[in-house]
Amino acid sequence: MSHRTVVNIGPFHPLQEEAEFFQLYVEGETVVDVDVRISYNHRGIEKLDEFKTFDQVPFVVERVCGICSASHPLAYIQAVEEIAHVEVPERALYLRTIVNELERLHSHLLWVGLAGHFLGYNTVFMWAWKYREPIMELLEVATGSRVNYANCKVGGVRRDMTDDQLRQIETDCTELVGPLEMLTKAVLDDPVLHARLKNVGVLTAEDARAYGALGPTARGSGVPIDVRSDDPYAAYDRVDWKLITTDGGDVFGKAVVRLLECFEAVKIIRQCVAHLLKNPGGEIDANVEAIPPGEGVGHVEAPRGETFHYVRSDGSNRPVRHKVRAPSFNNIPTFKASCIGLQIPDVAITLASVDPCYSCTERMCRAVDAQTRKPLYDFAELVRLSQLKTERMKKQW
Amino acid sequence: MTMATQTDVPLTGEVGRIIEALGADVLALEQCQARRGIARINPGRVVEVARRMFEFDGARLATATGLDVRDGIDVLYHWIVEPRPAGEDPTKAGVVVTLKALARRPDMTLDSIANVIPAANWIEREMHDLLGANFRGHPDMRRLVLDDSWPEGIHPLRKGFDQVLDRPPLPPNQSPPDVPQSQEKQQ
Repeated sequence: MSHRTVVNIGPFHPLQEEAEFFQLYVEGETVVDVDVRISYNHRGIEKLDEFKTFDQVPFVVERVCGICSASHPLAYIQAVEEIAHVEVPERALYLRTIVNELERLHSHLLWVGLAGHFLGYNTVFMWAWKYREPIMELLEVATGSRVNYANCKVGGVRRDMTDDQLRQIETDCTELVGPLEMLTKAVLDDPVLHARLKNVGVLTAEDARAYGALGPTARGSGVPIDVRSDDPYAAYDRVDWKLITTDGGDVFGKAVVRLLECFEAVKIIRQCVAHLLKNPGGEIDANVEAIPPGEGVGHVEAPRGETFHYVRSDGSNRPVRHKVRAPSFNNIPTFKASCIGLQIPDVAITLASVDPCYSCTERMCRAVDAQTRKPLYDFAELVRLSQLKTERMKKQW
Repeated sequence: MTMATQTDVPLTGEVGRIIEALGADVLALEQCQARRGIARINPGRVVEVARRMFEFDGARLATATGLDVRDGIDVLYHWIVEPRPAGEDPTKAGVVVTLKALARRPDMTLDSIANVIPAANWIEREMHDLLGANFRGHPDMRRLVLDDSWPEGIHPLRKGFDQVLDRPPLPPNQSPPDVPQSQEKQQ
Protein backbone atom coordinates (compact mmCIF):
# COMPACT_ATOMS: atom_id res chain seq x y z
CA MET A 1 0.00 0.00 0.00
CA SER A 2 1.32 3.40 -0.86
CA HIS A 3 1.80 6.22 1.57
CA ARG A 4 -1.34 8.08 2.61
CA THR A 5 -1.29 11.87 3.03
CA VAL A 6 -3.88 14.43 4.05
CA VAL A 7 -4.38 17.46 1.84
CA ASN A 8 -6.28 20.26 3.56
CA ILE A 9 -8.47 22.61 1.54
CA GLY A 10 -9.85 25.34 3.77
CA PRO A 11 -11.26 26.53 6.11
CA PHE A 12 -10.52 29.60 3.99
CA HIS A 13 -11.30 28.04 0.67
CA PRO A 14 -9.00 29.22 -2.12
CA LEU A 15 -11.77 29.29 -4.73
CA GLN A 16 -15.14 29.52 -3.08
CA GLU A 17 -15.56 32.59 -0.98
CA GLU A 18 -16.97 30.87 2.06
CA ALA A 19 -15.57 28.98 4.99
CA GLU A 20 -15.58 25.23 4.48
CA PHE A 21 -12.97 22.61 5.24
CA PHE A 22 -12.24 19.64 3.04
CA GLN A 23 -9.67 17.07 4.04
CA LEU A 24 -8.62 14.90 1.15
CA TYR A 25 -6.90 11.65 2.05
CA VAL A 26 -4.65 10.92 -0.90
CA GLU A 27 -2.38 8.13 -2.00
CA GLY A 28 -0.09 9.68 -4.57
CA GLU A 29 -2.43 11.91 -6.59
CA THR A 30 -5.49 9.74 -6.05
CA VAL A 31 -8.11 10.69 -3.49
CA VAL A 32 -9.08 7.73 -1.31
CA ASP A 33 -11.31 9.45 1.24
CA VAL A 34 -12.88 12.85 1.85
CA ASP A 35 -13.87 14.48 5.10
CA VAL A 36 -15.93 17.67 5.16
CA ARG A 37 -16.30 20.10 8.01
CA ILE A 38 -18.82 22.91 7.70
CA SER A 39 -20.65 25.33 9.94
CA TYR A 40 -17.94 27.93 10.40
CA ASN A 41 -20.61 30.56 9.88
CA HIS A 42 -23.52 29.06 11.77
CA ARG A 43 -25.82 31.96 12.65
CA GLY A 44 -28.50 30.23 14.68
CA ILE A 45 -31.35 31.34 12.45
CA GLU A 46 -33.63 28.52 13.66
CA LYS A 47 -33.25 29.77 17.23
CA LEU A 48 -33.66 33.38 16.16
CA ASP A 49 -36.94 32.59 14.40
CA GLU A 50 -38.48 31.38 17.64
CA PHE A 51 -38.26 35.00 18.84
CA LYS A 52 -39.81 36.57 15.72
CA THR A 53 -43.45 36.81 14.76
CA PHE A 54 -44.80 34.78 11.86
CA ASP A 55 -44.65 37.84 9.61
CA GLN A 56 -41.10 38.80 10.60
CA VAL A 57 -39.61 35.37 9.92
CA PRO A 58 -39.64 35.67 6.08
CA PHE A 59 -37.24 38.60 6.31
CA VAL A 60 -34.90 36.51 8.44
CA VAL A 61 -35.05 33.35 6.36
CA GLU A 62 -34.43 35.09 3.07
CA ARG A 63 -31.04 35.88 4.55
CA VAL A 64 -30.31 32.19 5.01
CA CYS A 65 -28.86 32.34 1.53
CA GLY A 66 -27.97 35.31 -0.62
CA ILE A 67 -28.95 33.52 -3.80
CA CYS A 68 -31.91 31.34 -2.84
CA SER A 69 -33.52 34.33 -1.17
CA ALA A 70 -36.87 33.73 -2.87
CA SER A 71 -37.01 29.99 -2.22
CA HIS A 72 -36.42 29.95 1.53
CA PRO A 73 -39.19 32.41 2.44
CA LEU A 74 -41.57 30.68 0.05
CA ALA A 75 -40.94 27.29 1.66
CA TYR A 76 -41.49 28.79 5.11
CA ILE A 77 -44.62 30.62 3.97
CA GLN A 78 -46.07 27.47 2.42
CA ALA A 79 -45.53 25.66 5.72
CA VAL A 80 -47.37 28.42 7.59
CA GLU A 81 -50.13 28.54 4.98
CA GLU A 82 -50.54 24.80 5.43
CA ILE A 83 -51.11 25.31 9.17
CA ALA A 84 -53.59 28.14 8.62
CA HIS A 85 -55.29 26.57 5.55
CA VAL A 86 -54.84 29.74 3.50
CA GLU A 87 -56.21 29.96 -0.02
CA VAL A 88 -53.67 32.08 -1.90
CA PRO A 89 -55.06 34.27 -4.74
CA GLU A 90 -54.17 33.08 -8.21
CA ARG A 91 -52.36 36.25 -9.21
CA ALA A 92 -50.05 35.92 -6.21
CA LEU A 93 -49.19 32.35 -7.23
CA TYR A 94 -48.11 33.54 -10.69
CA LEU A 95 -46.09 36.42 -9.22
CA ARG A 96 -44.33 34.00 -6.87
CA THR A 97 -43.50 31.75 -9.81
CA ILE A 98 -41.98 34.62 -11.81
CA VAL A 99 -39.66 35.71 -9.00
CA ASN A 100 -38.62 32.11 -8.26
CA GLU A 101 -37.80 31.40 -11.88
CA LEU A 102 -35.87 34.66 -12.28
CA GLU A 103 -33.91 33.54 -9.24
CA ARG A 104 -33.20 30.17 -10.86
CA LEU A 105 -32.02 31.90 -14.05
CA HIS A 106 -29.56 34.14 -12.27
CA SER A 107 -28.34 31.37 -9.98
CA HIS A 108 -27.66 28.91 -12.79
CA LEU A 109 -25.85 31.56 -14.80
CA LEU A 110 -23.82 32.38 -11.70
CA TRP A 111 -22.83 28.72 -11.35
CA VAL A 112 -21.93 28.33 -15.03
CA GLY A 113 -19.69 31.37 -14.72
CA LEU A 114 -18.07 30.16 -11.53
CA ALA A 115 -17.54 26.67 -12.93
CA GLY A 116 -15.74 28.22 -15.89
CA HIS A 117 -13.69 30.30 -13.49
CA PHE A 118 -12.74 27.23 -11.44
CA LEU A 119 -11.50 25.52 -14.57
CA GLY A 120 -9.43 28.54 -15.54
CA TYR A 121 -11.89 29.33 -18.31
CA ASN A 122 -12.55 32.95 -17.54
CA THR A 123 -14.26 33.69 -20.85
CA VAL A 124 -17.20 31.58 -19.74
CA PHE A 125 -17.21 33.46 -16.46
CA MET A 126 -17.34 36.84 -18.19
CA TRP A 127 -20.09 35.84 -20.63
CA ALA A 128 -22.28 34.11 -18.09
CA TRP A 129 -22.10 36.98 -15.62
CA LYS A 130 -22.73 39.50 -18.36
CA TYR A 131 -26.02 37.81 -19.22
CA ARG A 132 -26.87 37.38 -15.55
CA GLU A 133 -26.82 41.13 -14.98
CA PRO A 134 -30.10 41.98 -16.83
CA ILE A 135 -31.85 39.35 -14.68
CA MET A 136 -30.57 40.98 -11.52
CA GLU A 137 -31.86 44.33 -12.77
CA LEU A 138 -35.25 42.85 -13.57
CA LEU A 139 -35.42 41.58 -10.00
CA GLU A 140 -34.36 44.96 -8.67
CA VAL A 141 -37.05 46.84 -10.55
CA ALA A 142 -39.78 44.28 -9.92
CA THR A 143 -39.10 43.71 -6.23
CA GLY A 144 -36.88 46.59 -5.16
CA SER A 145 -33.72 44.62 -4.53
CA ARG A 146 -31.14 42.57 -6.39
CA VAL A 147 -31.05 40.07 -3.54
CA ASN A 148 -33.37 39.55 -0.55
CA TYR A 149 -36.48 40.38 -2.54
CA ALA A 150 -38.94 40.44 0.40
CA ASN A 151 -41.53 39.45 -2.16
CA CYS A 152 -43.60 36.80 -0.42
CA LYS A 153 -45.77 37.10 2.64
CA VAL A 154 -48.09 34.74 4.42
CA GLY A 155 -51.22 34.77 2.25
CA GLY A 156 -49.78 36.14 -0.97
CA VAL A 157 -47.14 38.57 -2.15
CA ARG A 158 -46.22 42.03 -0.92
CA ARG A 159 -45.97 43.82 -4.25
CA ASP A 160 -47.85 43.58 -7.48
CA MET A 161 -46.07 44.05 -10.80
CA THR A 162 -47.27 46.65 -13.28
CA ASP A 163 -47.97 45.75 -16.90
CA ASP A 164 -44.87 47.70 -17.95
CA GLN A 165 -42.72 45.69 -15.60
CA LEU A 166 -44.22 42.44 -16.83
CA ARG A 167 -43.60 43.44 -20.44
CA GLN A 168 -40.00 44.34 -19.61
CA ILE A 169 -39.52 40.93 -17.94
CA GLU A 170 -40.93 39.27 -21.06
CA THR A 171 -38.63 41.27 -23.38
CA ASP A 172 -35.47 40.77 -21.34
CA CYS A 173 -36.07 37.06 -20.86
CA THR A 174 -36.76 36.57 -24.55
CA GLU A 175 -33.58 38.46 -25.39
CA LEU A 176 -31.70 36.09 -23.11
CA VAL A 177 -32.57 33.02 -25.21
CA GLY A 178 -30.10 33.84 -28.00
CA PRO A 179 -27.09 34.35 -25.70
CA LEU A 180 -28.12 31.28 -23.69
CA GLU A 181 -28.09 29.17 -26.85
CA MET A 182 -24.70 30.56 -27.73
CA LEU A 183 -23.38 29.85 -24.23
CA THR A 184 -24.85 26.36 -24.16
CA LYS A 185 -23.35 25.53 -27.55
CA ALA A 186 -20.00 27.01 -26.59
CA VAL A 187 -19.88 25.00 -23.38
CA LEU A 188 -21.30 21.76 -24.71
CA ASP A 189 -19.23 21.63 -27.91
CA ASP A 190 -15.96 22.62 -26.32
CA PRO A 191 -13.45 19.74 -26.54
CA VAL A 192 -11.49 21.07 -23.57
CA LEU A 193 -14.56 21.12 -21.33
CA HIS A 194 -15.50 17.65 -22.53
CA ALA A 195 -12.07 16.35 -21.62
CA ARG A 196 -12.18 18.14 -18.29
CA LEU A 197 -15.74 17.33 -17.15
CA LYS A 198 -16.90 14.10 -18.78
CA ASN A 199 -16.77 11.08 -16.46
CA VAL A 200 -15.37 13.24 -13.68
CA GLY A 201 -16.93 13.07 -10.23
CA VAL A 202 -19.55 10.51 -11.11
CA LEU A 203 -22.44 10.19 -8.69
CA THR A 204 -24.47 7.06 -9.43
CA ALA A 205 -28.25 7.11 -9.20
CA GLU A 206 -28.15 4.71 -6.22
CA ASP A 207 -25.73 6.94 -4.33
CA ALA A 208 -27.78 10.01 -5.18
CA ARG A 209 -30.82 8.36 -3.63
CA ALA A 210 -29.00 7.03 -0.56
CA TYR A 211 -27.40 10.38 0.25
CA GLY A 212 -30.63 12.20 -0.48
CA ALA A 213 -29.06 14.29 -3.24
CA LEU A 214 -31.29 17.07 -4.55
CA GLY A 215 -31.81 19.37 -7.48
CA PRO A 216 -29.39 19.40 -10.41
CA THR A 217 -27.02 17.16 -8.44
CA ALA A 218 -29.63 14.38 -8.46
CA ARG A 219 -31.08 15.19 -11.89
CA GLY A 220 -27.59 15.01 -13.39
CA SER A 221 -27.52 11.40 -12.20
CA GLY A 222 -30.81 10.61 -13.88
CA VAL A 223 -32.92 10.81 -10.71
CA PRO A 224 -36.03 12.84 -11.62
CA ILE A 225 -36.47 14.72 -8.33
CA ASP A 226 -38.10 18.10 -8.71
CA VAL A 227 -40.58 19.52 -6.22
CA ARG A 228 -42.09 21.67 -8.96
CA SER A 229 -43.50 18.55 -10.64
CA ASP A 230 -43.64 16.11 -7.71
CA ASP A 231 -45.55 18.34 -5.32
CA PRO A 232 -46.55 21.39 -7.37
CA TYR A 233 -46.73 24.72 -5.60
CA ALA A 234 -47.22 28.34 -6.79
CA ALA A 235 -48.33 28.18 -10.44
CA TYR A 236 -46.09 25.33 -11.62
CA ASP A 237 -49.03 23.02 -12.28
CA ARG A 238 -50.68 25.68 -14.46
CA VAL A 239 -47.79 26.18 -16.88
CA ASP A 240 -46.16 23.88 -19.37
CA TRP A 241 -42.54 22.92 -18.76
CA LYS A 242 -40.24 19.94 -18.89
CA LEU A 243 -38.23 18.22 -16.19
CA ILE A 244 -34.59 18.06 -17.25
CA THR A 245 -32.49 15.02 -16.38
CA THR A 246 -29.27 13.63 -17.81
CA ASP A 247 -27.61 10.29 -17.30
CA GLY A 248 -24.05 9.82 -16.32
CA GLY A 249 -23.93 11.72 -13.05
CA ASP A 250 -20.66 13.43 -13.95
CA VAL A 251 -19.90 17.14 -13.65
CA PHE A 252 -20.71 17.58 -17.32
CA GLY A 253 -24.21 16.19 -16.77
CA LYS A 254 -24.82 18.65 -13.93
CA ALA A 255 -23.71 21.52 -16.16
CA VAL A 256 -26.07 20.35 -18.94
CA VAL A 257 -29.00 20.15 -16.51
CA ARG A 258 -28.39 23.70 -15.30
CA LEU A 259 -28.00 25.15 -18.79
CA LEU A 260 -31.12 23.45 -20.14
CA GLU A 261 -33.11 24.46 -17.06
CA CYS A 262 -32.44 28.09 -17.95
CA PHE A 263 -34.49 27.64 -21.13
CA GLU A 264 -37.29 26.04 -19.15
CA ALA A 265 -37.18 28.96 -16.71
CA VAL A 266 -37.59 31.42 -19.58
CA LYS A 267 -40.49 29.33 -20.88
CA ILE A 268 -42.21 29.36 -17.47
CA ILE A 269 -41.69 33.09 -16.98
CA ARG A 270 -43.14 33.91 -20.41
CA GLN A 271 -46.25 31.84 -19.76
CA CYS A 272 -46.76 33.48 -16.36
CA VAL A 273 -46.32 36.95 -17.84
CA ALA A 274 -48.77 36.17 -20.63
CA HIS A 275 -51.33 34.96 -18.09
CA LEU A 276 -50.95 38.05 -15.91
CA LEU A 277 -51.21 40.44 -18.87
CA LYS A 278 -54.36 38.66 -20.03
CA ASN A 279 -55.93 38.75 -16.54
CA PRO A 280 -55.05 42.16 -15.11
CA GLY A 281 -55.96 43.20 -11.59
CA GLY A 282 -57.17 40.97 -8.84
CA GLU A 283 -56.22 40.26 -5.28
CA ILE A 284 -52.59 39.51 -4.47
CA ASP A 285 -52.98 38.88 -0.78
CA ALA A 286 -55.39 36.74 1.24
CA ASN A 287 -56.39 38.04 4.61
CA VAL A 288 -54.74 35.92 7.29
CA GLU A 289 -55.85 36.78 10.79
CA ALA A 290 -54.13 34.32 13.07
CA ILE A 291 -52.07 31.16 12.78
CA PRO A 292 -53.83 28.33 14.63
CA PRO A 293 -51.88 25.64 16.51
CA GLY A 294 -50.54 22.94 14.27
CA GLU A 295 -47.58 21.86 12.24
CA GLY A 296 -46.79 22.13 8.58
CA VAL A 297 -44.07 21.44 6.08
CA GLY A 298 -43.19 23.43 3.01
CA HIS A 299 -40.73 22.55 0.31
CA VAL A 300 -39.64 24.49 -2.72
CA GLU A 301 -37.32 23.68 -5.58
CA ALA A 302 -34.51 26.20 -5.12
CA PRO A 303 -31.85 26.47 -7.84
CA ARG A 304 -29.64 24.02 -5.92
CA GLY A 305 -32.39 21.57 -5.00
CA GLU A 306 -35.24 21.19 -2.62
CA THR A 307 -35.26 23.47 0.40
CA PHE A 308 -37.32 21.99 3.20
CA HIS A 309 -38.98 23.90 6.04
CA TYR A 310 -40.93 22.62 9.01
CA VAL A 311 -42.96 25.01 11.17
CA ARG A 312 -44.81 24.28 14.39
CA SER A 313 -47.27 26.76 15.83
CA ASP A 314 -48.88 26.78 19.27
CA GLY A 315 -51.46 29.41 18.37
CA SER A 316 -49.42 32.39 19.54
CA ASN A 317 -47.90 34.88 17.13
CA ARG A 318 -44.54 33.14 16.97
CA PRO A 319 -43.41 29.76 15.68
CA VAL A 320 -42.45 27.30 18.43
CA ARG A 321 -40.03 25.59 16.10
CA HIS A 322 -38.84 26.37 12.61
CA LYS A 323 -36.54 23.91 10.93
CA VAL A 324 -34.61 24.95 7.83
CA ARG A 325 -32.88 22.44 5.62
CA ALA A 326 -31.00 23.94 2.70
CA PRO A 327 -30.23 21.72 -0.32
CA SER A 328 -26.46 21.85 0.17
CA PHE A 329 -26.87 20.08 3.52
CA ASN A 330 -27.81 16.96 1.58
CA ASN A 331 -25.64 17.59 -1.46
CA ILE A 332 -22.29 18.15 0.25
CA PRO A 333 -22.11 14.63 1.80
CA THR A 334 -22.34 13.16 -1.72
CA PHE A 335 -18.65 14.05 -2.10
CA LYS A 336 -17.99 10.88 -0.11
CA ALA A 337 -19.40 8.98 -3.07
CA SER A 338 -18.31 11.15 -6.00
CA CYS A 339 -14.75 12.23 -5.12
CA ILE A 340 -13.19 8.88 -4.24
CA GLY A 341 -10.77 7.71 -6.88
CA LEU A 342 -10.35 11.10 -8.52
CA GLN A 343 -7.14 13.00 -9.08
CA ILE A 344 -6.67 16.10 -6.94
CA PRO A 345 -7.20 18.62 -9.80
CA ASP A 346 -10.53 17.00 -10.66
CA VAL A 347 -11.72 17.25 -7.08
CA ALA A 348 -11.79 21.05 -7.22
CA ILE A 349 -14.47 21.12 -9.91
CA THR A 350 -16.35 18.16 -8.41
CA LEU A 351 -16.59 20.02 -5.13
CA ALA A 352 -17.94 22.99 -7.04
CA SER A 353 -20.30 20.90 -9.17
CA VAL A 354 -23.07 20.69 -6.56
CA ASP A 355 -22.94 24.48 -6.32
CA PRO A 356 -22.41 24.39 -2.56
CA CYS A 357 -23.94 27.36 -0.88
CA TYR A 358 -22.91 28.47 2.56
CA SER A 359 -23.92 31.90 3.50
CA CYS A 360 -22.05 34.84 2.15
CA THR A 361 -24.44 37.53 3.22
CA GLU A 362 -23.21 38.31 6.69
CA ARG A 363 -20.22 40.45 5.89
CA MET A 364 -19.74 43.98 4.67
CA CYS A 365 -16.83 45.98 3.32
CA ARG A 366 -15.85 49.50 4.23
CA ALA A 367 -14.16 51.79 1.78
CA VAL A 368 -11.79 54.09 3.67
CA ASP A 369 -9.89 57.09 2.32
CA ALA A 370 -6.23 56.07 2.34
CA GLN A 371 -4.97 59.48 3.49
CA THR A 372 -7.51 60.71 5.99
CA ARG A 373 -8.71 57.23 7.17
CA LYS A 374 -12.25 58.55 6.94
CA PRO A 375 -14.90 56.12 5.73
CA LEU A 376 -16.11 57.06 2.25
CA TYR A 377 -19.50 55.42 2.64
CA ASP A 378 -21.43 54.40 5.68
CA PHE A 379 -24.36 51.98 5.73
CA ALA A 380 -27.05 54.68 5.52
CA GLU A 381 -25.28 56.25 2.56
CA LEU A 382 -25.08 52.90 0.76
CA VAL A 383 -28.80 52.33 1.31
CA ARG A 384 -29.57 55.82 -0.01
CA LEU A 385 -27.41 55.28 -3.11
CA SER A 386 -29.00 51.93 -3.83
CA GLN A 387 -32.48 53.40 -3.52
CA LEU A 388 -31.50 56.21 -5.90
CA LYS A 389 -30.25 53.64 -8.39
CA THR A 390 -33.49 51.65 -8.24
CA GLU A 391 -35.50 54.84 -8.78
CA ARG A 392 -33.32 55.77 -11.75
CA MET A 393 -33.75 52.31 -13.30
CA LYS A 394 -37.51 52.48 -12.87
CA LYS A 395 -37.67 55.85 -14.63
CA GLN A 396 -35.69 54.55 -17.60
CA TRP A 397 -38.39 51.98 -18.36
CA MET B 1 -46.42 4.22 26.23
CA THR B 2 -50.10 5.01 26.06
CA MET B 3 -51.85 4.64 22.76
CA ALA B 4 -52.99 8.20 22.22
CA THR B 5 -54.57 7.22 18.94
CA GLN B 6 -56.77 9.82 17.33
CA THR B 7 -59.20 7.40 15.78
CA ASP B 8 -61.12 10.16 14.03
CA VAL B 9 -58.32 10.55 11.47
CA PRO B 10 -59.11 8.16 8.62
CA LEU B 11 -56.36 6.45 6.63
CA THR B 12 -56.95 7.61 3.08
CA GLY B 13 -55.16 7.96 -0.21
CA GLU B 14 -51.46 7.58 -0.86
CA VAL B 15 -50.50 8.79 2.62
CA GLY B 16 -52.86 6.23 4.20
CA ARG B 17 -51.39 3.45 2.08
CA ILE B 18 -47.85 4.29 3.19
CA ILE B 19 -48.67 4.60 6.88
CA GLU B 20 -50.77 1.44 6.79
CA ALA B 21 -47.82 -0.49 5.38
CA LEU B 22 -45.80 0.33 8.51
CA GLY B 23 -48.23 -1.82 10.47
CA ALA B 24 -47.96 -2.11 14.24
CA ASP B 25 -44.96 0.23 14.46
CA VAL B 26 -47.35 3.16 14.07
CA LEU B 27 -48.61 4.15 17.51
CA ALA B 28 -50.87 7.03 16.52
CA LEU B 29 -52.00 8.80 13.40
CA GLU B 30 -52.04 12.56 13.82
CA GLN B 31 -52.69 13.89 10.34
CA CYS B 32 -53.72 12.27 7.08
CA GLN B 33 -54.42 14.65 4.20
CA ALA B 34 -54.07 14.38 0.46
CA ARG B 35 -50.37 15.10 0.40
CA ARG B 36 -49.31 15.30 4.05
CA GLY B 37 -49.27 12.78 6.83
CA ILE B 38 -47.99 12.78 10.39
CA ALA B 39 -47.77 9.62 12.50
CA ARG B 40 -46.10 8.69 15.75
CA ILE B 41 -44.00 5.56 15.59
CA ASN B 42 -42.54 3.18 18.15
CA PRO B 43 -39.22 4.76 19.22
CA GLY B 44 -37.64 1.33 19.64
CA ARG B 45 -38.24 0.47 15.99
CA VAL B 46 -36.92 3.53 14.10
CA VAL B 47 -34.36 1.54 12.12
CA GLU B 48 -36.91 -1.03 10.91
CA VAL B 49 -39.35 1.74 10.01
CA ALA B 50 -36.65 3.65 8.14
CA ARG B 51 -35.66 0.54 6.23
CA ARG B 52 -39.26 -0.13 5.25
CA MET B 53 -39.86 3.51 4.24
CA PHE B 54 -36.76 3.49 2.06
CA GLU B 55 -38.09 0.45 0.19
CA PHE B 56 -41.01 2.49 -1.16
CA ASP B 57 -40.49 3.40 -4.78
CA GLY B 58 -39.33 7.01 -4.99
CA ALA B 59 -38.93 7.46 -1.23
CA ARG B 60 -36.19 9.63 0.17
CA LEU B 61 -35.37 11.13 3.52
CA ALA B 62 -35.75 14.90 3.20
CA THR B 63 -34.41 15.64 6.64
CA ALA B 64 -35.24 15.26 10.32
CA THR B 65 -36.29 17.84 12.86
CA GLY B 66 -35.54 17.72 16.56
CA LEU B 67 -38.13 19.24 18.90
CA ASP B 68 -37.47 20.00 22.54
CA VAL B 69 -40.64 18.76 24.28
CA ARG B 70 -41.55 18.03 27.89
CA ASP B 71 -40.69 14.33 27.85
CA GLY B 72 -37.49 14.55 25.85
CA ILE B 73 -36.56 15.21 22.25
CA ASP B 74 -39.16 14.49 19.62
CA VAL B 75 -37.37 13.41 16.43
CA LEU B 76 -39.40 13.99 13.27
CA TYR B 77 -38.27 12.05 10.21
CA HIS B 78 -39.57 13.81 7.10
CA TRP B 79 -39.98 11.31 4.29
CA ILE B 80 -40.91 12.28 0.76
CA VAL B 81 -42.42 9.68 -1.49
CA GLU B 82 -42.47 10.79 -5.09
CA PRO B 83 -44.49 9.41 -7.96
CA ARG B 84 -42.62 7.24 -10.45
CA PRO B 85 -42.24 8.08 -13.25
CA ALA B 86 -42.20 11.68 -12.17
CA GLY B 87 -44.78 14.12 -13.35
CA GLU B 88 -46.59 11.83 -15.80
CA ASP B 89 -49.81 11.33 -13.90
CA PRO B 90 -50.87 14.64 -12.33
CA THR B 91 -53.23 12.89 -9.90
CA LYS B 92 -50.29 11.05 -8.36
CA ALA B 93 -48.49 13.87 -6.60
CA GLY B 94 -45.61 13.41 -4.18
CA VAL B 95 -46.45 13.16 -0.50
CA VAL B 96 -44.59 14.20 2.65
CA VAL B 97 -44.92 11.75 5.54
CA THR B 98 -43.55 12.86 8.90
CA LEU B 99 -42.81 10.07 11.36
CA LYS B 100 -42.31 11.12 14.98
CA ALA B 101 -40.28 9.17 17.50
CA LEU B 102 -39.81 10.38 21.04
CA ALA B 103 -36.37 10.09 22.61
CA ARG B 104 -37.36 10.06 26.28
CA ARG B 105 -35.55 11.76 29.13
CA PRO B 106 -33.19 11.20 30.82
CA ASP B 107 -30.96 9.48 28.26
CA MET B 108 -32.85 10.76 25.16
CA THR B 109 -31.52 8.03 22.93
CA LEU B 110 -32.79 6.56 19.68
CA ASP B 111 -31.15 4.05 17.37
CA SER B 112 -29.24 5.72 14.56
CA ILE B 113 -30.66 5.24 11.08
CA ALA B 114 -27.50 6.58 9.44
CA ASN B 115 -26.20 3.06 8.81
CA VAL B 116 -29.31 2.31 6.76
CA ILE B 117 -29.74 5.73 5.15
CA PRO B 118 -26.55 7.77 4.68
CA ALA B 119 -28.68 10.90 4.21
CA ALA B 120 -29.41 10.80 7.96
CA ASN B 121 -25.76 11.02 8.93
CA TRP B 122 -25.37 14.80 9.11
CA ILE B 123 -28.80 15.58 10.47
CA GLU B 124 -28.33 13.18 13.41
CA ARG B 125 -25.02 14.86 14.18
CA GLU B 126 -26.76 18.23 14.01
CA MET B 127 -29.53 17.14 16.39
CA HIS B 128 -26.91 15.76 18.76
CA ASP B 129 -25.05 19.09 18.76
CA LEU B 130 -27.96 21.48 18.98
CA LEU B 131 -30.47 19.52 21.08
CA GLY B 132 -28.52 16.81 22.86
CA ALA B 133 -30.37 13.84 21.41
CA ASN B 134 -28.25 10.69 21.29
CA PHE B 135 -28.14 8.22 18.43
CA ARG B 136 -27.02 4.70 19.29
CA GLY B 137 -24.69 3.15 16.74
CA HIS B 138 -24.05 6.30 14.68
CA PRO B 139 -20.96 5.71 12.53
CA ASP B 140 -19.34 9.09 13.05
CA MET B 141 -20.67 11.17 15.95
CA ARG B 142 -18.23 14.07 15.80
CA ARG B 143 -19.26 17.68 16.13
CA LEU B 144 -20.84 19.10 13.00
CA VAL B 145 -22.41 22.43 13.91
CA LEU B 146 -20.85 23.49 17.19
CA ASP B 147 -17.24 24.55 17.53
CA ASP B 148 -14.84 22.07 19.12
CA SER B 149 -14.26 24.50 21.98
CA TRP B 150 -17.98 24.63 22.88
CA PRO B 151 -18.54 23.07 26.34
CA GLU B 152 -20.08 19.61 26.59
CA GLY B 153 -23.70 19.35 27.62
CA ILE B 154 -24.86 22.81 26.49
CA HIS B 155 -27.31 22.62 23.62
CA PRO B 156 -28.27 25.98 22.14
CA LEU B 157 -31.52 24.94 20.46
CA ARG B 158 -33.08 23.70 23.72
CA LYS B 159 -35.93 25.83 24.97
CA GLY B 160 -34.03 26.56 28.21
CA PHE B 161 -31.12 28.16 26.38
CA ASP B 162 -31.53 31.92 26.14
CA GLN B 163 -29.83 33.40 23.12
CA VAL B 164 -29.11 36.67 24.92
CA LEU B 165 -28.42 35.67 28.53
CA ASP B 166 -26.64 32.39 27.80
CA ARG B 167 -23.87 33.87 25.71
CA PRO B 168 -21.88 31.23 23.86
CA PRO B 169 -18.34 30.85 25.21
CA LEU B 170 -15.56 32.54 23.28
CA PRO B 171 -13.05 30.43 21.36
CA PRO B 172 -9.89 29.89 23.45
CA ASN B 173 -7.78 32.23 21.32
CA GLN B 174 -10.11 35.22 21.69
CA SER B 175 -10.49 37.70 24.51
CA PRO B 176 -13.83 39.37 25.26
CA PRO B 177 -14.46 42.61 23.36
CA ASP B 178 -13.64 45.84 25.17
CA VAL B 179 -16.76 47.21 26.79
CA PRO B 180 -16.62 51.00 27.27
CA GLN B 181 -16.61 52.04 30.93
CA SER B 182 -19.76 54.13 30.77
CA GLN B 183 -21.79 51.30 29.26
CA GLU B 184 -20.60 48.87 31.88
CA LYS B 185 -21.74 51.19 34.67
CA GLN B 186 -25.19 51.52 33.14
CA GLN B 187 -25.57 47.77 33.15
